[in-house]
Amino acid sequence: MKYLNEYRDPELVEEFLKEIRQTVTRPWSIMEVCGGQTHGLVKNGILGLLPEEITMIHGPGCPVCVTPLHLIDKAVHLAMEKGVILCSYGDMIRVPGSAKSLLEAKALGADIRILYSPLEAVKIAKEHPGREVVFFAVGFETTAPANALAVIQAKSLGLTNFSILTSHVLVPPAMEAVLNDEEARVDGFLAAGHVCAIMGMEEYVPLVEKYRVPIVVTGFEPVDLLQGILMTVRQLEKGEARLENQYARVVKFEGNQPAKAMIQNAFEVADREWRGIGTIPQSGYELQAAYAAYDAVKKFEIHLEKAPENPDCIAGLVLKGIRKPMECPQFGKGCTPSNPLGAPMVSSEGACAAYYYFMQGAEVG
Amino acid sequence: MASILSLDCPLPQLDFDRILLGHGSGGLLTNKLLEAGVFDLLNNDWLAEKHDGAILELSGKVAFSTDSYVVSPVFFPGGNIGELAVNGTVNDLAMCGASARYLSLSFILEEGLLMTDFWEILLSIRQACAVAGVQVVTGDTKVVERGKGDGIFINTTGIGPLHPQSDIHTRRVQPGDKILVSGPIAAHGMAILSVREGLEFESAIRSDTRPLKDMALRLLDTAGAQVRLLRDPTRGGVATTLNEIARDRRLGIALEQSLLPIDDVVASACEILGLDPLYVANEGIFLAMVSPEAETAALEVIRSFEGGQNACTIGTVVGEHPGQVVLRSQIGGKRVVGMLPGEQLPRIC
Repeated sequence: MKYLNEYRDPELVEEFLKEIRQTVTRPWSIMEVCGGQTHGLVKNGILGLLPEEITMIHGPGCPVCVTPLHLIDKAVHLAMEKGVILCSYGDMIRVPGSAKSLLEAKALGADIRILYSPLEAVKIAKEHPGREVVFFAVGFETTAPANALAVIQAKSLGLTNFSILTSHVLVPPAMEAVLNDEEARVDGFLAAGHVCAIMGMEEYVPLVEKYRVPIVVTGFEPVDLLQGILMTVRQLEKGEARLENQYARVVKFEGNQPAKAMIQNAFEVADREWRGIGTIPQSGYELQAAYAAYDAVKKFEIHLEKAPENPDCIAGLVLKGIRKPMECPQFGKGCTPSNPLGAPMVSSEGACAAYYYFMQGAEVG
Repeated sequence: MASILSLDCPLPQLDFDRILLGHGSGGLLTNKLLEAGVFDLLNNDWLAEKHDGAILELSGKVAFSTDSYVVSPVFFPGGNIGELAVNGTVNDLAMCGASARYLSLSFILEEGLLMTDFWEILLSIRQACAVAGVQVVTGDTKVVERGKGDGIFINTTGIGPLHPQSDIHTRRVQPGDKILVSGPIAAHGMAILSVREGLEFESAIRSDTRPLKDMALRLLDTAGAQVRLLRDPTRGGVATTLNEIARDRRLGIALEQSLLPIDDVVASACEILGLDPLYVANEGIFLAMVSPEAETAALEVIRSFEGGQNACTIGTVVGEHPGQVVLRSQIGGKRVVGMLPGEQLPRIC
């Protein structure tokens, strides 16, 4: 596979590892912000190859993990009680709501469909004019342009049976929340490569300046991740704090202008609740007033009581890097990928699930 | 869905172009469908008897296996549910070290199924039986109301004599055994996914469905009891099958990612969709655990067959980490390849 194998080259990986080992002189905690990076670290067994001075902290960049419980409950409610065709990305459907997951709702007869693109949901709405179609629009800046496009397209087609249930979150405010948390100890960040491919790098400049923290925009393949880690460690060892771009083959400083324009056409920045973390000001997107008719929460007037989180789950502390997943008393006991108490145990990008598999690996060496 | 198969064997004149509830009533419609369709097409002495069951002559050790086939969509690149239903059961018997000889064939049809589709599936069944050297000797047809099925469900049960040198048991797997795979992984599952509603993508990926009987039996001719275990990694893929073996036998399995054979286009599709090919279904490959002494000869035999050219060793049975499958990634890192809690779900980003 061209453009992938080059970044999985064992010799290059060995060179970067050697370089990291030679550079590091004391302990550093580096947060990889994006769940896709966590997945890459675990899938390739990179955590076991890093020198012990380096601790990777798995950040809040897993959309499945930070989507609030009550939004999952709303999605289940729409599918079960309102009879809508509820369309979702795959890994969202197994996340437990307060009573049930979308997967369980499906078994009870709800019409739930797994899609790769919100535009497919628009197509379904067009094909089923008698049914309401709701797309569960979760994600970071990466999925926002496609979700914006879906709404814009639905409007231009004159569809009245399409809407989205939005839980769009933004990376920089979450990084700032981590930096502001007194308990959190993060020395440097690997910023999420694909988010920056859309948004560019400019919004990270104030973070670097204000908090004096190195931020390296990083990709997802083994060579990317190790080079990103090396660039961060080099800065830390020299006492520097700069914004660097490891993922230059994909990320431009100014980002992707047409995609950004698409977001600006349909969304506006708003306060957002993050599962396990709480409300972060100006940390998400909401549909603009002009698209209110496509906002499922407004359209269906859902009144659900907010269910409390499972008190045994410490997902919030894990997402901020304050606790390691295995420091949770429920880890691997009351909470496993087959029976998750909280969202980070569900997705393979979630920190707890990632550790669950890695810990098994660590035991066997 | 007309194919080259139907050109020399056109759909017989039936009164309806779709399956009706009456086709499962046991009355005239059922009779007409069976006589003009199933019996004529799969014609043999047992079916010609039109008895309630088939009377067979078998002696010695025989293997017996059953499987039900549900697949959506029913037609997919590289095959359809018909050949899947024949090959699947033939292969289950082959994995026992047996040569499938007789099959039962039961349909649950959904009211409204296109007669031309049903005919196409029957033709594939006939063709697959001919290739695999099996006879359909008994069967059944039921029709359920529209909305209560997925077009067509098929059950096949097979029976056939065991290879005399076969001694295939999980308990015979031991540390040091080599794990071979007969061909590239993940093609079937990705072929199905490429045409599934809502997830369609354009690709040249075709299902690998094929009978593995000749390959497996020749392997037993050559390596006999050195073949400890044969398994076809269908749903759940290679990872799930190997996990079952590791757990049952309480031994470890060490896999090398760089050795896993996978077609480039299948690997790319898995990358794009965020799926791990180790968990994707296969219908035309098998895993063989053989003694290290038999490794070379076994690979040579498998490679001499069509569909087996890319056979290779992918790992070893080990005494360490009992119950776990551990994969060494292509960059040298290790990870546990566990069981999935459920179906593999596409990731968001």
